[in-house]
Amino acid sequence: MLDIKNVRKTFNKNTINEKKALNGIDLHLNEGDFVTVIGGNGAGKSTMLNMIAGVYPIDSGKIQIDEINISRDPEYKRAKYIGRVFQDPMLGTAAGMEIQENMALAYRRGQGRGLAWGIRTSEKSYYYEALKKLGLGLQDRMTNKVGLLSGGQRQALTLLMATLKKPKLLLLDEHTAALDPKTAKKVLEITQEIVEEQNLTTLMITHNMKDAIQIGNRLVMMHEGRIIYDVSGEEKKKLEVEDLLKKFEEASGEEFSNDRMILAK
Amino acid sequence: MSGLLVSLQDAVVQGVLWGIMVLGVYITYKLLDIADLTVDGSFAMGGCVCAVMILNFHVDPWVSLGVAAAAGMAAGAVTGLLHTIFEIPAILAGILTQIGLWSINLRIMGGKSNVPLLKTDTIMSKFIAATGLSKQAAAMIIGIGIAIVMISFLYWFFGTEIGSAMRATGNNQAMIRAQGVNTNWTKLLALTISNGLVGLSGGLVCQSQKYADIGMGTGAIVIGLAAIVIGDVLMGKLRSFASKLISAVVGSVIYFVIRAMVLRMGMDANDMKLLSAAIVAVALCVPVMMNKWRIKKSYTEGGE
Repeated sequence: MLDIKNVRKTFNKNTINEKKALNGIDLHLNEGDFVTVIGGNGAGKSTMLNMIAGVYPIDSGKIQIDEINISRDPEYKRAKYIGRVFQDPMLGTAAGMEIQENMALAYRRGQGRGLAWGIRTSEKSYYYEALKKLGLGLQDRMTNKVGLLSGGQRQALTLLMATLKKPKLLLLDEHTAALDPKTAKKVLEITQEIVEEQNLTTLMITHNMKDAIQIGNRLVMMHEGRIIYDVSGEEKKKLEVEDLLKKFEEASGEEFSNDRMILAK
Repeated sequence: MSGLLVSLQDAVVQGVLWGIMVLGVYITYKLLDIADLTVDGSFAMGGCVCAVMILNFHVDPWVSLGVAAAAGMAAGAVTGLLHTIFEIPAILAGILTQIGLWSINLRIMGGKSNVPLLKTDTIMSKFIAATGLSKQAAAMIIGIGIAIVMISFLYWFFGTEIGSAMRATGNNQAMIRAQGVNTNWTKLLALTISNGLVGLSGGLVCQSQKYADIGMGTGAIVIGLAAIVIGDVLMGKLRSFASKLISAVVGSVIYFVIRAMVLRMGMDANDMKLLSAAIVAVALCVPVMMNKWRIKKSYTEGGE
C-alpha cells in the first residue's frame, strides 16, 4: 500500500542549525494496517508524516502509494490519496465557514473543482447521517460556523472530513494531544470506529504508550530520524509499556527522558 | 438647498460607481485576507484604457468597459504571479504592480496625464439619449444595474466549488491544501477577479466624469477599505454573504455622501485623503484597543 524507501530530509542544510530530521526511513504498510508511531521529541515522527503528505519536499528516497510514485508531487496533489488530521484543532477546518461547507470541501478532496454549486442539497442528508454517528449533536448545527465549535468537536469534525471520501491513507499527527483527557478519549474512540468501519490504512502518531499498544495492529518506534523498532500482530498485543521503554533504551542507548511519555503510563 | 441636493445626488452616483471597486477590495481584503495595493493602479488603468478605447479607437462604450475590466484583471494577475510563484509578500507585490502601472497608464494615454471625453458618446450619454432621463438618474440606474449584476455574479461564484475553495483559502490555507486545492491558483484567481472589478469601476467612473486622469486611482485602496469599514459598522449584524456584498456598496455610497457633506461644510478637498486614512486607521485601532483595555480590566490582583 504505502512504500517508503530510504527517505532522507535535512533542514537548514549547511547552516549552524542543520538538523537531520529523517535519516533513511524505510517503511512498508499493508492494506488495512493501523500503525501507531511513537518516539521522543525530535525523533522525526511529524516530519515523516509531513513528508508523506508533501508539506516539504524530501531530499532523497521514494514514497509510493499503491505503486504510484508521489515523491515529487506537491501537497495538494497528494491530497487525492491522503486524509489528514493535525495536532492543532484549528488547522483542520475553516473557522469562518459552516460545518456543512467544510464537509462539502472535504467531500471533494482531490477532485477537480469547477463551477458546480459548492454544496448540493442531496449531499446534506449524507453529512447529517455522518455527523449523527459522531454522537456530538453536530448534525443539528450544520449551518453553524466551525469557529463556534470546541477543540474536541473541531477535531472530531476534521477526522470525519478526512474520511468522508475514503482516503487510501489516513495520517493522524497526535490528533488528540491538544485535547483534555476526556475529549481525547472520545476522539480516539471515534477514530477507531471510523478506521475499523472503512478498513483504512492508518498512521497515527501518539505520545501515549498505552494507546500505542492498545490501538492498531502494528507499532513503530522512531529515534533520531530512523525507525528503530517495528512490531505487529500477537507480539504487539503482548507488549507492556515497560517493554517499550526498555526497547527504547536498548536501541538508542539513552534513557527515555520524555516526561510526557513517562507520565502517560 | 437645491445645491445640497444636487451634490448629494452626485455623491450617491459616485458611491455606486466606486462601489464596484469596493466589491473588488472586499474579495481580497475580507475573503482572502490580503491588502492588495494593486487597486490604485488598476483603477486608473481601467479609466485610462476606457478613455483611450473610446476616444482613439472609437470602440463602443460598453465594449470599452469590458476592455477596462480585462486590463484590471491582467494587472491583478501580475500581482498574483509575483505573490504566488515568486512568493513576494502580497503588500509588496501590489506596490510593485501599482508603481509599474503608473508608467504603463501614461503610455496608454500617449504620454498625457489626462484624456477628456467631451464630445464622445459614453454609456451614460447613450442611455440619456435613449430614455430622456437626467444625467444623474441615468448614471444612477446604470451604476445600480451593474452593481446588482456584479453582486449576483459574486454571490453565485463564491457559492461554487472554486469559490468555496477560495473562501477556504482565506480562512485556512493548510486545511484547503490538505483537501487538494492549489492555494496559489485560488489566490491568483482572487486577485485577478478582484482587479477586474476595480478596472471595471475605473472605466465607469471615467465615463461618468468624462475624463481619465493618471491620478484618478490614487488612494483608491483606502477609499475601498473605508467603505468596507463603514458598511461593516452599518450592516455588520447581517450575516448572509449577499448582505455583506451589498454592505460594501452601501458603505461606498455613505463614504461619498459623508465626503460631499464635509466638503460642503468647508473642508479643504485636499484634506479628504487624510480623513479617509483616519477613518480606516480608527476602525482598525478601535477593536485592538478595546481588547487590550478588556484584558487590562479583567486582571485582578488575587492570590489571597
